[in-house]
Amino acid sequence: MIYAENLTKHFADFVAVQGIHLDVRAGQVLALLGPNGAGKTTTVRMLTSVLRPTSGTARIAGYDVVAEAEKVRSSVGVLTEHHGLYSRMNADEYLTFYGRLYRMPEGLIEQRKRELLEQFGLGEARKKKLGEYSKGMRQKLALVRALLHNPPVLLLDEPTSAMDPESARIVRDAIRALRSDQRAVILCTHNLAEAEMLADQIAIIRRGRIFLNDVPERLKQFLLGPEEYEITLRDGAGIPVEILPLGVALSRQENGRYVFRIDQPEEKIPLLLKRLLDQQLPVLSCAPVPRSLEEAYLRAVSLHEENGNGSA
Amino acid sequence: MEALDIRPALIIAQREVRDQFRDWRIIFPIVFLTLFFPFLMNFTARQLLNFVNQYGAGLVGERLIPFLLLITGFFPISVSLVIALESFVGEKERGSIEPLLTSPLADWQLYLGKLLSSTVPPLVGSFLGMSVYIGGLVINRIPLPDAETMLQIIVLTITQAVVMVSGAVVVSTQATSVRAANLLASFIIIPMALLIQAEAVVMFWGRDTLSLWWIVFGLLVLAVLLIRIGLAHFQREELLGREIDVLNIRWIWRIFWDHFRGGARNLLDWYRSVLGKTLFELRGSMLAAVVLAVIVIILGAQQADRFLLILPEGEFQERVREFGFNLPVGGVGSVQQIFLQNVRALIVGLLLGLFSFGVLGTLPLVATLGLLGYFTRIMEVNQLPAAQIILSGVVPHGIVEVPAILLSTAAVLRIGFLLATPMKDKTVGEVFIIAIAGWMQVMIGLVLPLLLLAAMIESWITPLIILRFFG
Repeated sequence: MIYAENLTKHFADFVAVQGIHLDVRAGQVLALLGPNGAGKTTTVRMLTSVLRPTSGTARIAGYDVVAEAEKVRSSVGVLTEHHGLYSRMNADEYLTFYGRLYRMPEGLIEQRKRELLEQFGLGEARKKKLGEYSKGMRQKLALVRALLHNPPVLLLDEPTSAMDPESARIVRDAIRALRSDQRAVILCTHNLAEAEMLADQIAIIRRGRIFLNDVPERLKQFLLGPEEYEITLRDGAGIPVEILPLGVALSRQENGRYVFRIDQPEEKIPLLLKRLLDQQLPVLSCAPVPRSLEEAYLRAVSLHEENGNGSA
Repeated sequence: MEALDIRPALIIAQREVRDQFRDWRIIFPIVFLTLFFPFLMNFTARQLLNFVNQYGAGLVGERLIPFLLLITGFFPISVSLVIALESFVGEKERGSIEPLLTSPLADWQLYLGKLLSSTVPPLVGSFLGMSVYIGGLVINRIPLPDAETMLQIIVLTITQAVVMVSGAVVVSTQATSVRAANLLASFIIIPMALLIQAEAVVMFWGRDTLSLWWIVFGLLVLAVLLIRIGLAHFQREELLGREIDVLNIRWIWRIFWDHFRGGARNLLDWYRSVLGKTLFELRGSMLAAVVLAVIVIILGAQQADRFLLILPEGEFQERVREFGFNLPVGGVGSVQQIFLQNVRALIVGLLLGLFSFGVLGTLPLVATLGLLGYFTRIMEVNQLPAAQIILSGVVPHGIVEVPAILLSTAAVLRIGFLLATPMKDKTVGEVFIIAIAGWMQVMIGLVLPLLLLAAMIESWITPLIILRFFG
């Protein structure tokens, strides 16, 4: 659905984006992470045929971003960095305006407006002037605009910024629903927890280059090492080191809580638990130690610095 | 045919017009200028007619009526400039243009939509205002202007509105804030103010039916040029890809210097390869300047019959003698004066040319050679030896000075040509700097040395030749 190869954009002497490769299939969400000025917006603009790539190619829903720009724009729903709402219009007029620009039949515009405004909790505010909308409402309406023409591809820039937790949840649910509905989504965000919740793929972009792109779990494993597991024993009981199977290493312990680094956890955890129980040790729990994407991201950034901004 | 589908443009225009009608800052001036202002003009017309008729100057009153109609129509369309700047730059500034650019609109459809929405409401206001004014004339039994004049004024009003809006688009491409655009709008306001004055002159003084049509024609050409440039620069890449409000002196200097120097290794190389190339590029403008020179000499000579000057007999010889006694031959002061005067005239030509796509930059040439044609004919009429006077008093320095003026005029025309030529990979600002660099090459490389030489000849040699012939 979204395919880019060696996508590059120069503004005079400034290299905004360099050699980007992307492949997002239908039903996948890719989170594009990176600091401000990393090249996320430029990448999105190239993928929406707003900016012409200096070199490289990209296809959106099968259309070339340079040769078939209008078809690309018809196939994409974009939530831009700036919402771009007209303060003297109401939601109804605003969506009708965009529906017409996307050449939607009037009946369909009405139907989609009704559905989406209700879905995002804006049904009652549809006749209210957009200048009177709160930040969160504006954000939701901008998202409704992006979804209005039912595009197969969505490029969403910070979709939940400025939203209250309830609204953010509605939006996240909507993105999940889009994924189930076989849409391809690129999510540009600084909200790493959200990226972790929604994304099937994470791409980290810095200084115009994507230097890491993989599924979240593999990324974490690559950046933070093998997964760790915590075993808790009742009453601070101790674990004799000699009973640990090969490939299980104790990382740290504290008050009956033992953290192990385990290679091949599917195989080694049952063996470890069996040995603990054979020793009649009072095992209370065994669970993986949660590792956040934030940790992995920060590690990636420092690796990128260490490697002289090359590929990590 | 989808490529010529104007429906999206109409959707844009409809939204913008609706938006304008919700903004009291736009509605108020249009309503005021449409409904109140024409009454004021009617009152002015009545009072002035009564006044001038007391002194038998009915002609002034007669010509005032269509002029006031023109003004009544012009005031509401002046709002179109504000609307256009707000529509084009305001959207950029508020970020509402980006969602539009991600929609399946062609650049030209967006441009057309905004052009229509900025032009049509003020024009409707303008026609309403003119109708109110004409209605007032009918009620007060003041004779109406003739049909052709009315048609001219209507067409003029439409073309002026289109020129202002299309000019505003060009200005908008050079700004990312309304404030910056308003400052740049002086490039439209000043020429429009001058134009209205020129129209006033034509309507009051040189009133003939053809003159106003010429102005209409000129405005139409200008509108086409501005729309062409606007379309070339009103594209997604340029609207989103550039931050251009910040004054970047280093960048300006680099662009200028790169083009002025043209990569030359030394002065000789610069003259040979860089200036040579510029002069080659100037050949079209040079031809235009030469043709213009011939035309103005002929026109100047023709004016001698219209504005005849009879010199008293014998006066010429006396004046030549007087001239000879007061000559500062050999001094530097007159050289300096002549040189600086010529340079000043050419710089004024450049400044005028910048506001008019080079057209008004021809004024120094037109004035110099027009007067030459005029006085040559006057000399003939007065039975003076014109050929001898020209050969002795003009040709010695003119042989250097006239090419210098022709070159300078061609360079200004070239600036106009470059500004009117859309270059998609460059901003209007870049083109402007490049054009100025080209003008500077010609000025520094050729025109200034030639003018200095001409000033020396005119101060030190021409007077001696005149005295030899006539003293």
